[in-house]
Amino acid sequence: MEHVIEMEHITKEFPGIKANDDVEFRLRPQEIHALLGENGAGKSTLMSVLFGLYEPDEGRIRVRGTDVKIRNPSDANRLGIGMVHQHFKLVHNFTVAENIVLGYEDTRWGLLRFDSAVERIESLSRQYKLRVDPYAKIEDISVGQQQRVEILKMLYRDADILIFDEPTASLTPQEIDELMKILRRLAEEGKSIVLITHKLREIQQVADRCTILRKGKCVGTVDVASTTSDELAEKMVGRKVVFEVEKTPARPAETVLRVENLSVHNPLTESDVVKNVSFEVCRGQILCVAGIEGNGQSELIHGIVGLKPASGGRVTVNGVEVTDYSIRERSLSGISHVPEDRQRHGLVLDYTLENNLILNQYFEPKFQSRGFFRFDEVRRHAVRLIDEYDVRTSHGPLSLARSMSGGNQQKAILGREIDRSSDLLIAVQPTRGLDVGAIEFIHKQIIAERDKGKAVLLVSLELDEVMTLSDHIVVMFEGENVGEFDPAVVTEHELGLYMSGSKRKGAA
Amino acid sequence: MTGVWRTLLKRIADRPTSISALSSVLAIVSGLLVGLVIMLVVNPSDALPGFVTILFGAFNAGMTSLGNTLYFGVPIVLTGLSVAFAFRTGLFNIGATGQLTMGAFTAVYIGVNWGFLGPLHWVVALLGGMLAGAVWGSIPGFLKAFRNVHEVVASIMLNYVAMYMNTMLIKQLIYNQQYARALSPQPSALIPTWFLDDIFVGSSINAGIFIAIALTVVLHIILNYTVFGYELKSVGFNKDAAKYAGMNEKRNVVLSMTISGALSGAAGAIMFLVAGRHLEPVNQLLQEGFTGIAIALLGLSAPIGVFLAGIFYGNLEQGGYYLQLFDFMPEIIDIIIAVIIYFSALSLFLQKFVAGYIRRRTGEEVELQEGSEIK
Repeated sequence: MEHVIEMEHITKEFPGIKANDDVEFRLRPQEIHALLGENGAGKSTLMSVLFGLYEPDEGRIRVRGTDVKIRNPSDANRLGIGMVHQHFKLVHNFTVAENIVLGYEDTRWGLLRFDSAVERIESLSRQYKLRVDPYAKIEDISVGQQQRVEILKMLYRDADILIFDEPTASLTPQEIDELMKILRRLAEEGKSIVLITHKLREIQQVADRCTILRKGKCVGTVDVASTTSDELAEKMVGRKVVFEVEKTPARPAETVLRVENLSVHNPLTESDVVKNVSFEVCRGQILCVAGIEGNGQSELIHGIVGLKPASGGRVTVNGVEVTDYSIRERSLSGISHVPEDRQRHGLVLDYTLENNLILNQYFEPKFQSRGFFRFDEVRRHAVRLIDEYDVRTSHGPLSLARSMSGGNQQKAILGREIDRSSDLLIAVQPTRGLDVGAIEFIHKQIIAERDKGKAVLLVSLELDEVMTLSDHIVVMFEGENVGEFDPAVVTEHELGLYMSGSKRKGAA
Repeated sequence: MTGVWRTLLKRIADRPTSISALSSVLAIVSGLLVGLVIMLVVNPSDALPGFVTILFGAFNAGMTSLGNTLYFGVPIVLTGLSVAFAFRTGLFNIGATGQLTMGAFTAVYIGVNWGFLGPLHWVVALLGGMLAGAVWGSIPGFLKAFRNVHEVVASIMLNYVAMYMNTMLIKQLIYNQQYARALSPQPSALIPTWFLDDIFVGSSINAGIFIAIALTVVLHIILNYTVFGYELKSVGFNKDAAKYAGMNEKRNVVLSMTISGALSGAAGAIMFLVAGRHLEPVNQLLQEGFTGIAIALLGLSAPIGVFLAGIFYGNLEQGGYYLQLFDFMPEIIDIIIAVIIYFSALSLFLQKFVAGYIRRRTGEEVELQEGSEIK
């Protein structure tokens, strides 16, 4: 048997876009096959077709040589296809074992039986060296461990074709290394693996072959060993990509944002999630807050922009204390904010793009007079931003935000926030889940803002991004500022140690 | 012919709102068909003429039935607008009936006692009713905004407070011992009929229809053309994004519930500032408040849609009235309306059905507009 999966002439259309256009994909037994492409290139759609989440409009799928129709994920499971989604599908207050057997429970007289299941889970985790405690609750274990649970879930269901959708998105460098080893081991034990990603480094690290998609079309399948990263990137984007963002040394001027001993309280856990954090951001400087997800970065930003009240400390913008200001007042004092969760905070998904582009300016005299909208100005504003920030949509200013791709949603938000020409630009994970092309665009915009003399506060979980963009780094661990670094001097490994709490300033 | 049909479908596919509208029409058609089936089972020989009577309820007796259709439709339009307006801010005002009761009592109280107002009497009574409804609606608004009490719970409970208070206050302040009901408002407090009784001879129509039209237009403008409406809708669609954008979410919740309450209050005032209709000290919730929920759903929470749905309801009511000419119980109307409501609650499902049909016929994908359903 030469291929375990053969997908031929797969075509799938969505409103205004052909997500997959005559795509070919073949998976060999025991290989790690990367699926590379920009956001919106159709990688997830293709795998969703394979996993039974979408039905293709055209094309056929063969699994182990026989033609199949996969109508839903249960069909896929029966065929031995398993998928780890980017956002894990776990029940948080269930134990590891309960999550793994969910839907496949052993029962006797209608009562659950866990002992045999736990035994099986333990033998699987020994075989594949996936360490987890079957009795631990999901909410108590780390993201890396949760991912292992997802992998065990597939193995428990006897899947031997494993799909990983962007598996490294929320892992630390150390956890990523661990995952790469796990993938190798799985392949050696006879599993065939599809790795959906846009990170070239990971592909170079583990993949045997790589299929590249661009704008829904299949660009080709290559052997990873005989292809360079540059070639892969060029195939993915359709042109040469500059990895090193060109960036002149920073020339920091006067302070714009000053954070002094800021604390933010979380009423649910009755503890401070941000503890006594202090730092300054100057004009012409990009300050980057690095750290593993959930170490208080989000709350820190919420405390600065006013989405959460500070329980202690001061925030000053251009010399004016804004600690007691409302969100609107802070925004008008010169804070632009590209929020972490673009769909929750950044956009009203049921509004059109043009309505979203005025989300925090709608009250300005430019857009309204005596409480009535000046629709021509709103439209002009939208058309200009769409053009300047290359936002691609199906119906222009009248597209629903919900129908736009993540990259274009983010470009729209970034455009909206930059265009307000505030002195301080706060961007929280601005490139999360985006493709190389969009990332490049957003990085360039952020540097351009710095060079225009803006102060930029960036929060990022991606070390690559931290290293390329920042002029100064603050590492957060468990809500504290555990160290400040100059990116020119510090190594990624060193940062990793601070991020995981192994080292901290003063104690070093 | 099929060509024309396809072009029409394509045109519909381009506008998400028309898909929603189509699903409402589908809900109405389904409701009517179910009604027809029941009528066929109950009384096959009279079923078809009876059905036609329902369908054209407003036209059974010329201008009289047309006028009565509008008369019956007005309070439902207003409670429908009340519920719809709150929907748009993401709030479910199930307390329309309580606000309506408070509005009705206040309006009647002013109507009975404040005769000194002369020609302004009915205006003040109406405004008084709206104010009382607004106050009653603002209570769950404040509780929601500042204490995070769910508005459904708060407003349901206030329905009963309003009901019992109404009984108590009528008996204490405006009781007509002889007939065991509230006193009649003075003639100067009655909603004027102006020239309408000359056009719709023999019907009960009054200027309430103009008030309903005016309020529909005002709400349409607020929601679609103003900064205030933009804020309300932002809060309704995505509270977190509204907060991020610096909108005063608490103020918007209170204002939305207040306006919603005022609309129900207006419905109460208009219902009882007429000759021959009296508030009664009985412990019973007034149904019009609940019908408003259905009408808001059917009208897709858009003021103009709600107006049309409300008048259509009046049409069915009239049809039910004339249905008694045949051998049918007027309750058949309630069944039809219930089925329509049921189907309009399934509007999202129907939208998907319509979208799927259009895709099969024209090969065109359809974007669905979401957010009109209850969250």
